[in-house]
Amino acid sequence: MPDAPGLELIAQGIEEGRQNTVIETSFEHDRATLVVNPEGVLHVLTWLRDTPEQGYTFLASVHAADYLPATPRFAVHYELLCRERVERIHVKALLEDPAAANGDSPSEAGLPEIDSCTELFPTADYQEREADDFFGIVFRGHPDLRRIAMPDEYVGWPQRRDFPIGGEPVLYTHNEIEAPRWFE
Amino acid sequence: MADETFRDEAEVTERGIDPFTEDPAARLAEQIAEQAERELEGPGLEPEQEVLTINMGPHHPATHGVLRLIVTLQGEQVIDLVPVMGYLHTGIEKSCEDKSYWKVIPFVERMDYLSYFFQMEAYCGCIERLVGLEIPPRAKYLRILHMELDRIMSHLVWLGTTALDIGAISMLWYCFRERDRILDLFEMSSGQRMHTRYFQVGGVFEDIPAGFEQKVRAFCEEMPVRIDQYEALLDRNEIFLHRTRDVGVVSRERMLELGVTGPLLRAAGEPWDLRKAEPYLAYGDFDFKIPIGTVGDGYDRYRVRLQEMRESVRIIEQCLDGLPEGPWIADDRKYVLPPRDELSTSMEALIHHFKLVTEGYRVPPGELYYPIESPRGELGCFVVADGSSKPARVHFRDPSFVNLQSLRDMSVGGLIADLIQNLGMLDPIIGGVDR
Repeated sequence: MPDAPGLELIAQGIEEGRQNTVIETSFEHDRATLVVNPEGVLHVLTWLRDTPEQGYTFLASVHAADYLPATPRFAVHYELLCRERVERIHVKALLEDPAAANGDSPSEAGLPEIDSCTELFPTADYQEREADDFFGIVFRGHPDLRRIAMPDEYVGWPQRRDFPIGGEPVLYTHNEIEAPRWFE
Repeated sequence: MADETFRDEAEVTERGIDPFTEDPAARLAEQIAEQAERELEGPGLEPEQEVLTINMGPHHPATHGVLRLIVTLQGEQVIDLVPVMGYLHTGIEKSCEDKSYWKVIPFVERMDYLSYFFQMEAYCGCIERLVGLEIPPRAKYLRILHMELDRIMSHLVWLGTTALDIGAISMLWYCFRERDRILDLFEMSSGQRMHTRYFQVGGVFEDIPAGFEQKVRAFCEEMPVRIDQYEALLDRNEIFLHRTRDVGVVSRERMLELGVTGPLLRAAGEPWDLRKAEPYLAYGDFDFKIPIGTVGDGYDRYRVRLQEMRESVRIIEQCLDGLPEGPWIADDRKYVLPPRDELSTSMEALIHHFKLVTEGYRVPPGELYYPIESPRGELGCFVVADGSSKPARVHFRDPSFVNLQSLRDMSVGGLIADLIQNLGMLDPIIGGVDR
């Protein structure tokens, strides 16, 4: 792990390349976190990967989370790893929900968008598809952004916090009369 | 009325399905013209050159679960491959958000149903770090003991089923015989053969019973002999060697780009193992080696896993030798259930017990990603806590899910029979892929 001063140096290095990219740094549970602007996420990832003394060349995980009452509502997390020094750094890109601003439904207001990092890290392919499937976060420039776990024609993003648990009707023989035309 | 009849008749003639109005001579002329056109084009493609797209799965026995592969073939050669997942998606991550922290443990165990101890460790370890709970040394050793037994068990299932895919049926029976002995051990320590819920936040649920150590020692003595026997069965098997050698080779650099971890990466020559790299629990106390391959083909993957089983046996033996005395669960009443005998004498213990069972403990706000080395690679658990007694998000970075991306690189250009071999050597557990 980079320690707290090391994290500040990293944040400074990123800011030198592109202003107003790093919003916040935090160091909790022995883990360094960079909270970044979603517009600059590719710059941050490229900088961390290609700067020789950093060398965070391995992307361990990409995942999203929904912090519903909070704004910005969504975040995409990148877990980067430097295998030479065995150091991990956590990059968190905060995303506004366009639907929250004017109270429209997501179909009218559009979905939160962020640049895809599949060009930098091919491993992000499936994991970005998963985040898109479950949270409705659009990854711009992803080669094949389809649903990965839910059926293709599914409506909604099941892991959003406002999506109810158990909304799906389950068909058994005793209730097939109540579900008309279930065979279609 | 007359109008309607007329329209019906007109439609029939337009579509040309009325045999009475069709001109037979015109049809014959059409056929001759088609024939001439075909002759002009020259002979058609040979069957080997035709491109054929087939669906393999979801219910194909060689896909180890319900994985669907859309394979494009030219003759017997695979020219493209698209895995389709989600047939086993059960929404475990979503369900976890509705359970208090201690009730999540049985859920996450059922994701990757062969490495349940690892799922528990990833989750419990993540919560322990979030609340700042130090677990006692005996609990660390007991966790490692069970996780290494689980690693052997998982590799045995892999060896049996993959050898079965390649045509060595007897391997399945031998491997499942040893696997059953491990399940017996799990039953002895926790009461369950699979999905044991043995790990708790703060340590383990119960101390190992009397006689457990002797049984594990007997197993450790026998297991290396058994591994030698498996090797003797497969290593000089002409069919097995031809099916695995130089098949499905992916370079080390490409594996790293694709985020592949675990035995697949080690078979490609990269000595990366989180047990050595960032020793969690008490892995720093043990003497073990990381086996690596040289070529990165199916045969290397097989050798690496067999050697890993031997190393796991060594870890288990050292674990029993150095097993510290003392409590097996942390003594923090805010997170850990009080001992049963205190409930009848201590009011405090009763209150704590009641609070822990009804509401559960609260975890201070925070988020953490905690990775460990599962039999398939880096298994990470990401938990977001919002200060309540239920997690706001539980996410697992499952190694099978990420490793599956390398199947295309392994298989394109090879034969369809090698695709089966590659998938077997990849060892994806679809429960973990779909979650």
